[in-house]
Amino acid sequence: MSELLELRDLSVTYRTRAGDMPAVRGVTMSVASGQSVGIAGESGCGKSTLASTVLRLQPKNARVDGTVLVNGQDVQTMRWGHLRALRWAQAAMVFQGALHSLNPVQRVGDQIAEPIRLHDPSVGKTEAASRVGELLEEVGLPAARARSYPHQFSGGQKQRIMIAMALACRPQLIVADEPTTALDVMVQAQVLGVLTDLVRDLGLGLLLISHDLSVLGTTCDRVLVMYAGRVVEEGPGSGLFDRPLHPYGGALAAAFPRVGDPVARFAPIGLPGDPPDPRSLPSGCAFHPRCALATAECTTMDPPLEPHAGDRKVACLHADDDRDMKLLLGQRVAAAGEAAR
Amino acid sequence: MSAADVPGPKALSARQVTWRRRMASAGRTWKEFQRHRSGVAGLCVLVIFVLVAIFAPVLANPEGLLRTKATGAVLAGPTSTYWLGTDEAGRSVLTLLIFGARVSLLVGLFATVISMLLGTVIGIASGFLGGWIGGLLYRLTEWFLVIPFVPLALVLATLLGSSLYTVGFVIGVTSWPGTALLIRAQTLSIKNRPYMERARVLGAGNRHQMSKHILPNVMPMVFANTTLTVAGAILAETTLSFLGLGDPSRVSWGTMLDSAFNNGALTLGAWWYLFPPGICVILVVLSFTLVGQALEEVFNPRLRDR
Amino acid sequence: MSTPIDLAPYEPESAPVVQGDGPQRPSRAATWRWFGQKVAGSAGTLAFIVVLNFFLFRVINPHPERTLARGRATTPAQIQAVIEKYGLNQPLPKQFVIYLKNIATLDFGDSYQYSQPVRTLMLDRLWPTVVLVGTSTVLSIVVGLWIGTIAAWNRGRKFDKISTASTITLYSMPEWWLGLLLFSAFATGLGPIPRMFPIGRLITPGINPWSLDGVIDQAWHLVLPVLTLTLAYLAEYSLIMRSALLDEMGEDYLLTSRAKGLRDVLVRRRHATRNALLPVVTLVSLNLGFIVSGAITVETVFSIPGLGLLTTDALRIPDIPMLQGTFFVFSAAVVFANLVSNLLYGWLDPRVRV
Repeated sequence: MSELLELRDLSVTYRTRAGDMPAVRGVTMSVASGQSVGIAGESGCGKSTLASTVLRLQPKNARVDGTVLVNGQDVQTMRWGHLRALRWAQAAMVFQGALHSLNPVQRVGDQIAEPIRLHDPSVGKTEAASRVGELLEEVGLPAARARSYPHQFSGGQKQRIMIAMALACRPQLIVADEPTTALDVMVQAQVLGVLTDLVRDLGLGLLLISHDLSVLGTTCDRVLVMYAGRVVEEGPGSGLFDRPLHPYGGALAAAFPRVGDPVARFAPIGLPGDPPDPRSLPSGCAFHPRCALATAECTTMDPPLEPHAGDRKVACLHADDDRDMKLLLGQRVAAAGEAAR
Repeated sequence: MSAADVPGPKALSARQVTWRRRMASAGRTWKEFQRHRSGVAGLCVLVIFVLVAIFAPVLANPEGLLRTKATGAVLAGPTSTYWLGTDEAGRSVLTLLIFGARVSLLVGLFATVISMLLGTVIGIASGFLGGWIGGLLYRLTEWFLVIPFVPLALVLATLLGSSLYTVGFVIGVTSWPGTALLIRAQTLSIKNRPYMERARVLGAGNRHQMSKHILPNVMPMVFANTTLTVAGAILAETTLSFLGLGDPSRVSWGTMLDSAFNNGALTLGAWWYLFPPGICVILVVLSFTLVGQALEEVFNPRLRDR
Repeated sequence: MSTPIDLAPYEPESAPVVQGDGPQRPSRAATWRWFGQKVAGSAGTLAFIVVLNFFLFRVINPHPERTLARGRATTPAQIQAVIEKYGLNQPLPKQFVIYLKNIATLDFGDSYQYSQPVRTLMLDRLWPTVVLVGTSTVLSIVVGLWIGTIAAWNRGRKFDKISTASTITLYSMPEWWLGLLLFSAFATGLGPIPRMFPIGRLITPGINPWSLDGVIDQAWHLVLPVLTLTLAYLAEYSLIMRSALLDEMGEDYLLTSRAKGLRDVLVRRRHATRNALLPVVTLVSLNLGFIVSGAITVETVFSIPGLGLLTTDALRIPDIPMLQGTFFVFSAAVVFANLVSNLLYGWLDPRVRV
């Protein structure tokens, strides 16, 4: 299996009037063909910035260091014409919520057909129209609706239109940036179902960004957890949240309510504190101010991402600590949080 | 001494609290306004013109306005005595220009007051009151908005005569729709906010809601819009005067241009008579526009990054 | 250990539900209904103008028979004849009906100055105004929108700064004063600048207006007035377009277009600029009256024998029937232009048609 997407030591820094803001710091990861990889993390951890680099869509004031390879080609340094040909035809993006990602005054059919005819000018109008019809049906919408405008659809339908649009040029890689945010739970499941079925049937690679663990746990083969621009944990989808090795991963998992588990009902949700300001990151491990397991060492040394048993990777100095000990400490943190409320 | 004997800080009355809050808010607005260089520049120019208008009798001899006392040559170019030359009656153009500032600014202000009063009242009423009253007021606003200014102003001025006040009245009565629409839109968006609902639940009647809640919240918009309205009013007064509808007993920049045009200043090439009044109008209108735009940006941060 | 929640999709894929979106596109019926609403709205405005006209000239005017007879009738018998003719001794509602009948045929009576029917005079002078306003409007829209677009694309750079400063200054200028400026510079000649253009009027006396020479001559006479109006109008279009385009450029759907591989130039042209035209159409239609006002004043400055000059000439006596006629014609023209721009907006933005 070839690597569809490869990030090597990727760093993205925003240059602002108030100084440099590192959004992504040294991320290395890959997505293989037929594989779905998820990236989890809170808002501001850098996952959307990371996603934008895949098609070189990052804002102008972002400085990119490291390499982004799509099908072995360096996206960040390739020629402009080459990049435009690659966009959508080899890798496509599904944007968030389709709230304003669709042109409000253009029919959806035309919007889906646009990249088709852009990448292959020999495709005629009728041919494009029939392909649009096929795409709509693949995502569960009637082909006749191609003539409607975006405001005539519900949120879930708009998201599915975005998915259909992403598949228009038969890409091999799909990057979905928060595709289910702003949708209610039922519709969310439906949209995810559509996405995962297509990925499986067409053998595509999927990079799924979300802050919602339920989404990632059920959908992805591998999940990476990001915090303050770094990957802090990596592992197989479901396993990672059942047995987290990094304290942040554990906090994320603990924050997720487990329906039906009476103990979990009374456990507090959330981790005290806020994600760090990228302009003034804590020394050493960025998570140490909020970490129950932090020691003096953690304030000086930024732990690298290291392989662990079971096809896992963790960036924590206390990853090998006794698991029960961690659970105990985790519960103490939880109890302290509860008392503070 | 026990704690009870020590006098604590005097409790402020509600009015004092409101006053302090308003002053603090005004201070913040001023600070923000200062960051817009164009607005500050406009403000400076305006202050200069207002001072000139106020101190006109000090800066120039009022007798210079009298045609009978004119001593200069007719339509002569600038000399050392007459810095901007003379008009068709031999009066100093500079004197006319200085005193003309008074009329132009006064009429502009008067017209604006009328326009803003009408526009704000109708705007709030049509936005707030539903039913047929609100609908009717809205239709009325739209109708008056469509009617072109000059034809209507010409008709009104002809029927009502040409004095300072009728001209100001005419301009005011023809320019309120723009303001009314703007205020109406603001009112509509404020009407359904939670604090309005709270006021209704507490028993506030329509008049109370409109005056105590909606009006203070639209005031920033009104304020910014006022400066832009004055700009338009001054342009309008100049145009009406140029067409011959200005007050014949007064001198304004518009009447100066009317006289210039009708007395052959064009064919004679009397640029000193034609250019200065126009340049003054441009400066004043431009300044009001810049100040108004800066205020709009201050009150509506969304506009700031332009 | 709890298992991850597995939700079955709540819409079976075999039967996708439309979820109450109603008709699948703005149905023909909805579009026609919207069209009808717009036309009815304009008709209502026109009706209001008719009533306002009546109100201004008959009701405010306490002795209409005097103004209507001014300049011609002097004996009581003649005045009585005028009263009879215009039905001024009838009750007001009846007068209104007579007035309505007259308006339907655009009969405003006879002009005081020229002793001819107002309608004939207006018809004669219509063409120069149409040419002047039409040419200026088209030119100013094209040039103004273009300048505004380029300024927005180059926001903060030299072109933007210079063009914005120039257009704001033009916008603060009475358009007729600009006309005076151009007139004195290029027609009467100022200092070193030679006299290039005729000093007013539409045509040099003696030339047949329909001959080729005549057409060229008239065009030459129109250069300065058209230039004046074009410069005056384009200022507003340019400022509004720049503003609207800057707003539009922050929209998310533009990112989607770039992600699809569209070249930046096409992203701008096909999506951003086209969508920015929507607020431009709205704002411009609010200012159509400005076009009419400009025509009136500029015709006066350059002595172009059109409807505008007719109007300002009518101020002299005052020529009430003429004023009434021109007021109505200008207002009706603006109402019509408003309707056209509303319909144009509806064509551009399907969201309002529902």
